[in-house]
Amino acid sequence: MAEYRRLEVNEVGDVTVVRFRDQKILDDLNIQELGRELARLVEVENRARLLLNFASVEFLSSAALGKLITLDKKVKAAGGTLRLCCIQPEIFEVFVITKLNRVFDIKENEADALAAF
Amino acid sequence: MSEPPWIWQYDHVVPSEIGAIGPVRREILQQLLDRNWSKRDLFSVHLALDEAMVNAVTHGNRLDPNKHIHVTCRMSPDWLEIEVADEGKGFDPAAVPDPTDECRVSHPGGRGVMLMRNFMDRVQFNERGNCVRLEKRRTPCDE
Repeated sequence: MAEYRRLEVNEVGDVTVVRFRDQKILDDLNIQELGRELARLVEVENRARLLLNFASVEFLSSAALGKLITLDKKVKAAGGTLRLCCIQPEIFEVFVITKLNRVFDIKENEADALAAF
Repeated sequence: MSEPPWIWQYDHVVPSEIGAIGPVRREILQQLLDRNWSKRDLFSVHLALDEAMVNAVTHGNRLDPNKHIHVTCRMSPDWLEIEVADEGKGFDPAAVPDPTDECRVSHPGGRGVMLMRNFMDRVQFNERGNCVRLEKRRTPCDE
């Protein structure tokens, strides 16, 4: 399995569960690397059932949101499913304000998210 | 109306580099942290300040190493004002399309100004559009 600097990648059944190594996803270079690693999951490793677990994430800039949107498009193009879970309240508010909570399938916890696949 | 009792002021000119944002952010947020502003206030200021500074560096100064951004900040016990100015030609914030429109909601960018307006109490741009003023009232402890 490939090494990831920004992500922790695990398999739960046929779902790839992704956690973030950074508590604050804001530095531009880190966001670019994050985008490349997320893209690699879909385009190189052909993982089409992805769950992003945000439990460790305390801050997310709008540039990072852009990477999630790009990932969502790649997953949909591959005929897969992307879900998000465990988003802290302040960050969830960002999703609501930008109406991205309607774009992404967001579950409160990992068990609910896995059960929905 | 009398001026609030300013207890901290900050005035820095930094280069147009993404890497220059971190030290400015840390210094301002540390002041809020030291004065026990709430976690939610810290998140709000963090978000708005980052969006303003990234916009200034990337869109305003277009990463031109010969240009700078000017950050001023002043804080009273319950009020924070931050100005972020770049040396670019400015923009019309009223012309920024609504990123929540059905046709734009899946676009990767264009949410910075909206987030600033939602997480701060007041956001104002100068006429040229190269300076944004962010204002935040401290959330009382019982809210």
